[in-house]
Amino acid sequence: MENKRKGSRKKMYLKMVTGSLIRRASRLIIAVLAIAIGATILSGLVTIYYDIPEQLGREFRSYGANLIILPRGDSKITRETLNALKNLIGENKIVGMAPYRYHTVKINEQPYIIAGTDLLQAQKNSPFWYIEGEWGNSQAPDEVMTGHAIAETLNLKLGDSFMIQGVKYGEQAQASGQNLSAIENQKRDSARQNFHKNLKVKGIVSTGGAEEGFIFADIDLLDELVGDSFRADVIECSIIADAVELENLSARIEKEIPELQPRAVRRLTQSQDIVLGKLQALVLLVTVVVLIITVISVYTTMMAMIAERRKEIALKKALGAENKLVMGELLGEGVLLGLVGGALGVFLGFEFALQVSLNVFGRAINFQPLLIPVTIAIFIFITVAASIIPVRKVMDIHPAIVLKGE
Amino acid sequence: MSKKILELQNVSKIYGNLKALADINLSVNAGDWLSIMGPSGSGKTTMINLIGCMDTPSTGSVILDGVDISKENATSLTRIRRDKIGLIFQQFHLISYLTAVENVMVAQYYHSMPDYDEAMEALEKVGLKDRAKHLPAQLSGGEQQRVCIARALINSPQILLGDEPTGNLDEENEGIVVELFRTLHKEGVTIIIVTHDPEVGDVAQRKIILEHGRVIDDIDQTATFK
Repeated sequence: MENKRKGSRKKMYLKMVTGSLIRRASRLIIAVLAIAIGATILSGLVTIYYDIPEQLGREFRSYGANLIILPRGDSKITRETLNALKNLIGENKIVGMAPYRYHTVKINEQPYIIAGTDLLQAQKNSPFWYIEGEWGNSQAPDEVMTGHAIAETLNLKLGDSFMIQGVKYGEQAQASGQNLSAIENQKRDSARQNFHKNLKVKGIVSTGGAEEGFIFADIDLLDELVGDSFRADVIECSIIADAVELENLSARIEKEIPELQPRAVRRLTQSQDIVLGKLQALVLLVTVVVLIITVISVYTTMMAMIAERRKEIALKKALGAENKLVMGELLGEGVLLGLVGGALGVFLGFEFALQVSLNVFGRAINFQPLLIPVTIAIFIFITVAASIIPVRKVMDIHPAIVLKGE
Repeated sequence: MSKKILELQNVSKIYGNLKALADINLSVNAGDWLSIMGPSGSGKTTMINLIGCMDTPSTGSVILDGVDISKENATSLTRIRRDKIGLIFQQFHLISYLTAVENVMVAQYYHSMPDYDEAMEALEKVGLKDRAKHLPAQLSGGEQQRVCIARALINSPQILLGDEPTGNLDEENEGIVVELFRTLHKEGVTIIIVTHDPEVGDVAQRKIILEHGRVIDDIDQTATFK
């Protein structure tokens, strides 16, 4: 019986609260809109706030590697160590991870450095390199990229072929003999463990830096030419992480893979952190301003609503409703407004964040399901909090005065 | 002899320098039908506010069903009003977003427990069962006032208190409402009506005339009462 009473009262309460909103929808549309706009901006900005590090992190990655891994001592980095490093960092954090093996070769009896690398990963690490022609790849290993300085010295153009000669791994390379002719030098080198290979220019690299003095080839090709297994001199990594995360990662690498020496590129990570910090502070500031505006908007709407409904409130009090009951009904309406406005705002907010992300970063963002309950809860709280002072006006309404006030 | 349901003892109500009611003495028995008449500013509304527990006197006592309500606070007056008084207003004051039956159930909700069947019975009693699902805006003035009467009666109050209940009605609807009062009186409901309308005032069992906050006449109309 008691349950039935409670159920019946609850049903009537809901009927009054929903009836007030549904049947007076045109009056309340402004309030719902104010809350929905607030919720849209809040959920949109929160989405962006949490997505900025990811988005901007990827943008910053286009400025080059932010973590350089060197072997400890005179050793080289093996394939196993590279794989262990990949696992430790995690695939989802790696934008690019390019191992480099440097080897001296001769072209027309002049020494040059050839850098064997994973060209695809190098491209991910260094998208800012200007390439005349195309990036090389492992499918056509004989087609390589030469630095702009080398191309100029050797007068190489796209599609030109050139021959490299070198000493296999483990053999001491020697400078050309000063007193021997080129033919005699060639004969001397041939006697040693030498290699030679015809390569074709697929791309010419311009960076304005040291890269212009290298030949970039597929690392597997270089390993094959030097007759050795995979041994990298350095690994350049582009990792999605801020300065602190990068420092922590470096510490973990040193601890778990002691044969490696990680070096964070501080200039990049610090710039990234400064820009990120400023952007996030801006987003946070806008969010707070939007919340304040929403509170003011809901407050004024509720004030107007209560002024407009003075007679109804007075009637309820005349019928025997205590202040707390009437206030409970009005706050219930506030909860419902917050619920509807908040729910509307979550989805509009995601669309807003998506558009911002697509237009600013050129990437889509992931919808965070947790934002649904969080945004709705925040807006219910805001609506109720903003309604408290207006709702307390109920206590000042005297039925005898208001109901006779025709 | 009927039980005394209401007694005003030396009641005065003063607003600043204005004495709205001056030393009023009045008693009403259970089952009586009383009309209070008088020109504007005579103190009718002040009196009905005091009887309806919406105000307290400056001096004197208002004893309702044996309880002196003069010294009660607002919360306590609300409870007494909820339990003992059924209010009918000139402007009907129905909640615009609730249907007729829901408007009746609101009074139940604040009193104890909403009961749809009981609310429908009350509407049937005032001849509005078939209009139960209509919103106030879809009802005529007379129908709205009948919903108001059903709402006032739903909690079986000790006194049915009407403030100009026919003031906004045409002649036909006034007749319907007066007939309803007559039926309710026969059923033993105590009715106190404030009215300007002599025709409505004259159909009561007893008529009080107020002027300048004083009772200038107390007419027993039992002889002409049908």
